[in-house]
Amino acid sequence: MLKTRVIPTLLWKSESLVKGIAFNSWRRIGTVLPAIKVYNTRDVDELILVDIEATREKREPDYESIKTFSAECFVPFSVGGGIREVDMIRKLLFVGADKVCINSAAYENPDLIAHSSRYFGSQCIISSIDVRKMPNGTYQCFSHCGSRPTGWNPAAWAKKVQHLGAGEILLTSIERDGTMQGYDLDLLRCVSAQVDIPVIVSGGAGNYEHMRSALKEGGASAVAAASIFHFTEQTPLEAKRYLQEKGIQIRL
Amino acid sequence: MSVAIVDYGMGNLGSVYRAFQECGAESFISNNPVKIMSADHIVMPGVGAFSEGMRRLQSDGLVEPLRKAALEMRTPFLGICLGMQLLADKGYEGGETEGLKLVPGVVQRFIPDMPSTRIPHIGWNQVKWEVDSPIKKNLPDEHDFYFVHSYHFVTKDTKDIVATTPYCGRFVSVVAHGNVFGTQFHPEKSSKVGFRVIRNFLSL
Repeated sequence: MLKTRVIPTLLWKSESLVKGIAFNSWRRIGTVLPAIKVYNTRDVDELILVDIEATREKREPDYESIKTFSAECFVPFSVGGGIREVDMIRKLLFVGADKVCINSAAYENPDLIAHSSRYFGSQCIISSIDVRKMPNGTYQCFSHCGSRPTGWNPAAWAKKVQHLGAGEILLTSIERDGTMQGYDLDLLRCVSAQVDIPVIVSGGAGNYEHMRSALKEGGASAVAAASIFHFTEQTPLEAKRYLQEKGIQIRL
Repeated sequence: MSVAIVDYGMGNLGSVYRAFQECGAESFISNNPVKIMSADHIVMPGVGAFSEGMRRLQSDGLVEPLRKAALEMRTPFLGICLGMQLLADKGYEGGETEGLKLVPGVVQRFIPDMPSTRIPHIGWNQVKWEVDSPIKKNLPDEHDFYFVHSYHFVTKDTKDIVATTPYCGRFVSVVAHGNVFGTQFHPEKSSKVGFRVIRNFLSL
């Protein structure tokens, strides 16, 4: 049986590990390398690392740093931030990434998803989708770390990226991010029902029950979380034990 | 002892190199046929599409040297993920394409067995060892390894099946044919049990 993954997310900015609330008020919580070492030692299911400034600063991924990080990571390692060209993905795989997350560049150039998945395989390409709930109650995708509206409805965009060849979706609710009030299950349901590829839900996990409901009621294939692991005593291992008690297949 | 990690432009080469280093191997990444053929062990990693992988191996002039190393020189050979799939006679990803023909079989796309089954198959899943094999040494009969793929290997001969994994029914997750081995999972990303598989391969 395929096991459900619990994935710590590491956000990275100016050499620091950071965490914000609703993609804002970033707080420095440490450095990246020790966090990766700890998660590797604890044998987590997978790690996602996103450089949140690369796109806005219009620079390439920081390959040298990623090489240093990946050297300590013997679990699956997904890397995002600043990816605009197929060749950047090749370089990331060369320095130790296993999968890549593409977000902002895909709205401007959807062919990036098509070309990169044709070349590296769908399973290598995660389409990262950041979504804001608008004042009128509808959802809209935002690029550039939540700062630019794209006009895309998340369910429609998710279908499009799947069609283009993305192998997974990392779906983040911008408002819920860092609040620890629970994932946005309405958003999750409307996206997971529209695609056949796995959806990793992100943004809002505050306890293990939030994870269970996203998996059981929201249709998520995996759960990603940051604040719950950074700011509370809760751990990925305990999360998995809880999920197992609730009848979800996990890897211990 | 030297380990050649075959660079045909498609692998998660950094991860594989680090894992082999961590397991005590002296390895090098190369697309040079002469250097690859001189190695004591050959590893072919790979993420990507079958047709593109074969196209790259051909344009780098690696198809015949790899076949020669595996079949004539009997160099221990490990294909990982796409690297395992390329060992087959042919694959269908990106159009019907001939493979390296080192392990008889074909590579086909998963057909979902339930509406809720998602493809690609991504995550940790159970590897059930069907027969004893040098690559299984000191491993439990069943354990979780990390997978990420949409296609799977269908062997021609059941005797080449070393392990299977339950997804869309059951698929072949490890093959062995003489000195040629393939794992559909990523040993370099499967933490401690993955290292065990790598060490077993290195001891061949």
